[in-house]
Order: sequence, then structure tokens, then C-alpha cells
Amino acid sequence: MALKTQTITVNLGPQHPSTHGVLRIIIQVDGERVVDVEPVIGYLHRGMEKMAEARTYVQNIPLTDRMDYVAAMSNNLAYVLAIEQLMDIVPTERAEYIRVIMAEFTRIQSHMVATGALLNDLGAFFTPMMYCLEGRERIVDLFEMASGSRMTCNYMRPGGVRYDLSDRFLPRAQEVVAWLPGFIDELEQLLTDNEILRMRCIGVGVLPPDVAVNYGVSGPMARASGVNYDVRRAQPYSIYNRFDFEIPVTYNGDTYDRYLLRVREMRQSTRILEQALHDIPDGEYMAEVPRPRVLRPPVGEAYSRIEGPKGELGFYLVSDGGISPYRFHVRPPTFINLSCLKEIAVGWKIADVVVILGSVDIVLGEIDR
Amino acid sequence: MSTQEVLEQLQAALPQAEIELLEEKVPTLLVKAEQLVEVATYLCDQMSLDYLSMVTGVDQPDYFEVVYYLYSIRHVAGPLVLKVRLPKENPEVPSVTSLWRSADWQEREVYDMMGIVFTGHPYLKRILTWDGFQGHPLRKDFNFLVETTTEQLLPTLPEPLVASNRLEKR
Repeated sequence: MALKTQTITVNLGPQHPSTHGVLRIIIQVDGERVVDVEPVIGYLHRGMEKMAEARTYVQNIPLTDRMDYVAAMSNNLAYVLAIEQLMDIVPTERAEYIRVIMAEFTRIQSHMVATGALLNDLGAFFTPMMYCLEGRERIVDLFEMASGSRMTCNYMRPGGVRYDLSDRFLPRAQEVVAWLPGFIDELEQLLTDNEILRMRCIGVGVLPPDVAVNYGVSGPMARASGVNYDVRRAQPYSIYNRFDFEIPVTYNGDTYDRYLLRVREMRQSTRILEQALHDIPDGEYMAEVPRPRVLRPPVGEAYSRIEGPKGELGFYLVSDGGISPYRFHVRPPTFINLSCLKEIAVGWKIADVVVILGSVDIVLGEIDR
Repeated sequence: MSTQEVLEQLQAALPQAEIELLEEKVPTLLVKAEQLVEVATYLCDQMSLDYLSMVTGVDQPDYFEVVYYLYSIRHVAGPLVLKVRLPKENPEVPSVTSLWRSADWQEREVYDMMGIVFTGHPYLKRILTWDGFQGHPLRKDFNFLVETTTEQLLPTLPEPLVASNRLEKR
């Protein structure tokens, strides 16, 4: 009797713990091997780009918090940079430092969540996640201290930040920064040489550098493939050219390298934080913004991009001279990083697809907007 | 390389292409929709703008505008902005997916939100809204209350996936 084979369609999500939110992936499997992957997105689409056209420029800042809700401060920063570009506002020195401090803390805590979630996907159920969340907790406490909110910070404003730092912030931040290297060491001790992590991750989901560039992949994912590109170096924004730090690059492009790269980036961010917390000047936290306070940028357009924790985060604003943006577009890093899933997931098993997806580090709030 | 030099080099290489300089500070070039692929191929291959950061559409009062932000990762340079202006009726522009795969999902998003058709796109399908959604929300004349009926708000359910799983009867 001749045996017949047939591919089977497996529907992963949209309600599935491994999809990091509401992502649906239609997987075709041939036996156990994945032959086709199609991500289906849009389950969290809130129409933010349309909403933004009906609000004033400053009212849109809370919207950006809710895009990448793990990294609200970075989103705030990218958005206010676009407004500043439109209006030629120069933020004050102290505000620049505060922004860098917040952005780098955001990077560290976002990478902590990414690492914890990756280990969850690997089946190390919630113990590593809890380690990472404990570290993250200290950082979001700092955010709460500065902005009054742990996740949806709504902290940055064109020209500066909303509130000045309290007297207790800097000592506490310094404490956290002094504690971080030990924490990262501990994390690495537990994970980096872990047999299961290595077995499941090394060589899995390899993304070649040329494919990464062609797909527009950015951030830790591109650098793990050996693409030495970081917006903080390539097109320095804010005051990043003042700090001494390295851009970690790894060259294998597999899941393990993406994990390793995030850990190394946490160390580099700690270095930036040490310098920024040491150098932060006294002074005004908010620049003089032209009155009336409802911003009316001149007619024109601006595209600002920053190196967010997950990759290149861009905001494109078109102004018609009115009080709200004529067009508000976001270039979300994970939206574009996810589009190459097919390249890296085909040929592996479903359990590996979950791990590969974990290493992409997606946030659906940002993908769907 | 200054903006003017880029423009001169482009015009020397592609004499038949009509390229207009829109802005000097951030080099912005306006190209014709039918010449977009030609210009983009030159920029991608000869000027090594290998990284397409962003594609988006703008619904301007008199025309649609598609905006491309190009960077070079190899030479750490950029941006160079390409713009294409399209008529309000049946806006169509060739897809650049064959040059930069990053255009794939972004063009689908522009199609979904603006209703601009990218000819030659391998899989032009709605991406953020569901199949069967009527209208293009980011157009300025889109009126949700007028254009949408209750039936249209209900997503058309995809065909049950279980059916294809059933093995054919022997």
C-alpha cells in the first residue's frame, strides 16, 4: 500500500500564551517540520494613527505610551523628537540627560522582559521570568518616581520633560545602577551556559545579515546577525555622542545570539547610565516653548528615529500648520522585524517556532497600533 | 555627498527620468510613479541605499503621496526621501518589494489604510483590518459612521481550519 502524506495546518493563536499577545500564526507542518508560516496581525488595532489626527500634538503623547507598552519612555522620546524637529525647539541640557537616563533604563527593562519571556517560551516556566521581573520592578519604580506612572509614563514633552526629578531620584537611580551589573551577572550565571538553553537556541532560526538588511530588520535582531548598525551611532540624536559605550555585535544570527546580545546591551546601557547620572547638570527641565501653549508647528514634515529597545523606532509627522498633526505615522520596529518570521522559522518544528518568535521580542500593541 | 550631487548623478545615469528636488535639507526627490522602480533600482544597487526604513502614504488635499525613507547601512548614510504623487482616483504605484523586502508589510499597510494599490506586490491583502472591511480608514474623507453598517463591522470568519486537516477518505 502506498503511503500518502499531506501537510497539516496548525493555527497558533490569537489566544495563545506563546504569541506574546494577540498574534495569530498560521503554520503549515509537514510531519513535524514547519513548511510555511503566515503571521496574521491586527487583533489589537486601535486606529491610533487616525486618532492622532483629531488630537493636539501634546495629547498624542499618551497614545505613544500605549504602542510599545513595555518601553513607553522610548516611544515618548521618539515622538517629542519629531515635534522638536518640526518646530526647531532645543531642549534644555538637564532635560536631555533625563531623557537619556529614562531611555536607557527603558532599554534595560525591556530586554529583561524579552529575556524572561524567551525563557518562558523555552519551557523554563516563570522562574527566569520572575528573576527578570524583579529587576524590572526596580526600574519601573524609578519611572513611577519620575512620572507618577509605572508603564504608561507620559513623561516627555516637546522641549523637555513633564516634571523635574525629585531629590530622591538620583540617589535611588544610582543605587539601581550599582546593583544592575551584579544582577546581570547572576542572570548570565543561570542562563548563558545553561545546557537546555544552549541546546534549544544555538543554530535555531538563523537570520543571515543580508536578509536582515533587506527585510529592514533593526535593533538587537539585526545586530545579532552581524549588522553593525545602531541609530545611536549612525545618526546620533539627543546627546548620545557624549557617552562612551560600545555597540555589541554578534555574528551567528541565531536565537542564542539574540539572547546574548540583549544581555550585552544591558551592560552597555548600564555604562551609559553611570555616565549620565554622574554628569547630569542642574537647571531647567523644560525649555521655553513658544506660546500659546497649544503647539502649532509650521507647515512641513519630520521623520525622527531613535534606537528603541526593540529596534529602529520612527515617527513621521506631517503638519499643515494646525493644532493637530495632518498625518501621524509610526514606524514600529517589531512590525518590520516580525515580517521576516517566515525566513527564520521555516524548516524548524513548532516548538522552535515559539522560541524563535520569543527571540524576535514582539509587542503587539506596537505592531497593530 | 550633497543633495545636488545626488540629483546630478541620478540625472546623468537616468536621463529619461523626471526627477524633481523638493527639499534640500533632508534630500527629498519627487519621481513619477511609472519611473519609481527604475530610480529605486539605481538607488538600491548603485548608490547602495540598501535599507528601506519607512514607507507610508499621506492623503494630501489634491493628491496621494507615498513616501519612502532610504538609508544606507553599508556606508552609514542617509536619509534620502523618495516621494510619489498619485491622483485621487485609482491611485496606483509599482511595488518596490522586489528591491527591499521591508516594503512588503508596509505597502500592505498603506494599501489597507489609504487604499493605494501597489502593482506587482506579491501578496497585497489587508493587514491591520480584517478581510471584508469596507473603506480605507486613514483617508481624510473616510467617515466611519456613514460608511460602515453593522454587518460590515462583523469580521467575516475565516474558513474553519479544521476542514483542511481532515485526511481524505481512502
